[in-house]
Amino acid sequence: MTDDRKPMIECRGVHKHYGDYHALRGIDLTIRAGEFFSLLGPSGCGKTTLLRTIAGFEDISDGAILIDQKRMDEVPANKRPTNMVFQSYAIFPHLTVAQNVAFGLRRDPRGKAEKAALVEEALAMVGLRGYGNRAAHALSGGQRQRVALARALILKPKVLLLDEPLSALDRKMREQMQVELIKLQRQVGITFVLVTHDQEEALVMSDRIAVMFEGEIAQLDGPEALYARPANRRVADFIGVMNFLPAQILGEAGGTVTVEVPGLGIVELPDRQVSRANPDDAGPTIGFRPETMTLVGPAQTHSQPRETSATIDEVVYYGDMTYYDLRLDGAAAVDGKARPVRISMRNVFGRDVQEVGTRTRLAWSPGSLVLFR
Amino acid sequence: MAKGGLDAQARQGYTLIAPPFLYALLILAAPLLTILTYSFLTDGYLEVVRDFTWANYVQVWTDPIVRTVMLRSLMVSALVTLVTVLLAFPVAYYVSFLVRPEKKSLWLFLITIPFWTSYLIRVFLWKVILGYNGVINSSLTGLGIIDEPLTFILYNVNSIVITLAHAYAPFAILPIFVALEKIDRSLLEAGRDLGESRAMTFWRVTLPLAMPGVLAAVLIVFIPTIGDYVTPELIGGGKIPMIANLIQVQMLALDNRPLGSALAVTAMAIVALVSIVFLLINRRFLKVRS
Repeated sequence: MTDDRKPMIECRGVHKHYGDYHALRGIDLTIRAGEFFSLLGPSGCGKTTLLRTIAGFEDISDGAILIDQKRMDEVPANKRPTNMVFQSYAIFPHLTVAQNVAFGLRRDPRGKAEKAALVEEALAMVGLRGYGNRAAHALSGGQRQRVALARALILKPKVLLLDEPLSALDRKMREQMQVELIKLQRQVGITFVLVTHDQEEALVMSDRIAVMFEGEIAQLDGPEALYARPANRRVADFIGVMNFLPAQILGEAGGTVTVEVPGLGIVELPDRQVSRANPDDAGPTIGFRPETMTLVGPAQTHSQPRETSATIDEVVYYGDMTYYDLRLDGAAAVDGKARPVRISMRNVFGRDVQEVGTRTRLAWSPGSLVLFR
Repeated sequence: MAKGGLDAQARQGYTLIAPPFLYALLILAAPLLTILTYSFLTDGYLEVVRDFTWANYVQVWTDPIVRTVMLRSLMVSALVTLVTVLLAFPVAYYVSFLVRPEKKSLWLFLITIPFWTSYLIRVFLWKVILGYNGVINSSLTGLGIIDEPLTFILYNVNSIVITLAHAYAPFAILPIFVALEKIDRSLLEAGRDLGESRAMTFWRVTLPLAMPGVLAAVLIVFIPTIGDYVTPELIGGGKIPMIANLIQVQMLALDNRPLGSALAVTAMAIVALVSIVFLLINRRFLKVRS
């Protein structure tokens, strides 16, 4: 990813107060031109508030927002070079599809025929060619969303803001729209800023993701970095599944931290696998993703440097995948119980699903571990 | 089996609506039919002669006095409707958009307070306020702003409009308020987002979506005011009768019940016609929202 694209949206120390409630706590953020950027976080983390301040629907209490290098302090929503796809789509119920799409063209000096051609082109772009005369209230959820997209994109904004646009769709439709949105974004080259609480959606669609908790950005990174090297325990827990095991730090020398993890043994971790941004005092913790470790049968060989024995506690079968909850031999007990770790295995041909209670071996590499301290 | 079940359900439905239906038939349909019948009968001295005639309708439709009064009634109630709806809209808009949600019911409650007093008393109070020696005139003369009492505020169309607009304001505010409440607020943000100012967003989004409420308010105010009897009698000083006063005179004072009935039926037909026009317009707006 090249970083030489010019900044499109800059947030500098943005604060937002609602009375006593501090919704945004000093957001510093640069979104580059042409980027597909996501704001990800649980509900109430301030991601929608941030989007609405960019759109101009909310004033900011402190700081500055720049769009295309211009300060937006005094610019009202209707004069900003942004357009929004609302969570409810906000399709005007008293207008037809074509009238909805043409809504923002009123002051466009072009002629009627030219505008009609633009509308048809915009509808074709979102796969609704020929739907112009339909009444807006007769559309399905997916079609409404497409109309909302066409209505915003026809104005060729510098930034398209999407407020949880897929949350109202069913799973199949959602996955289809994710792919379509990515293609559309590449086609039009407009900066997309997506707000979502669905980490999978953010990972699938974005160039970069800002993970937000309680009005602050916890981590800003590309999807792979975010998944593989979460900045802190909270981000790790929010993005995907991560196993956490208590650890004890034995020593630190020459850019390497040596830790002892009950159940896994002693490992040496280079600095890049160590996350130091953990304000909570849960003590040092080792984290790893379910797919980074492999179950190995009694007669099987493997090429991983480390091996641990364990007992299968629970088996959850998903069709393409099986999740195993394992009790590691020698694992530390929390509240009198050994905390199980979750391992996922792809159900490839020839691999049998193991049974509960089976003794098994677990092959892994220290390279897949992250230390939170 | 299914058919039998449906029949039982239908029977139950009919049983349920039978009492109110009979009641409505008795006190609404029967008098209406009587009036309709009367309007085709001949007037004798102090009695109604049972001879069929079109004469009453011929007289109603040709008499210049009837025409003047009918047109005045239409004009006055159109004016009342216009003033009422124009004044009610900002109030409804304010309560719906600017009053905090938890305060809305209090506001609606306050708006209905005029109903706590009898209609007659409210009309009479306006006479006290607008009269020759009324509140307005005596204050203005007392302050030395005017030398003699204003006369254009009582016993004329202005005073009727003022009184009726006040009396029917809640009837206009409530349907407009309901229509405004139903508007998804994100539509207004979408209007702004697509480049329109607040005023243009109001014109292109809020107003069209509020139209069903506005038209309902128009009907609710227009229909009763055209037949209003008390206000022209008290506030108009009996000098500027409207159609209801004319009907009353024919029915009771002159004891010409057939002519009075023909007047009533004609007025009813005109109101029905106007209402149908508004209903048809409203259907266009309502179709969109279903």
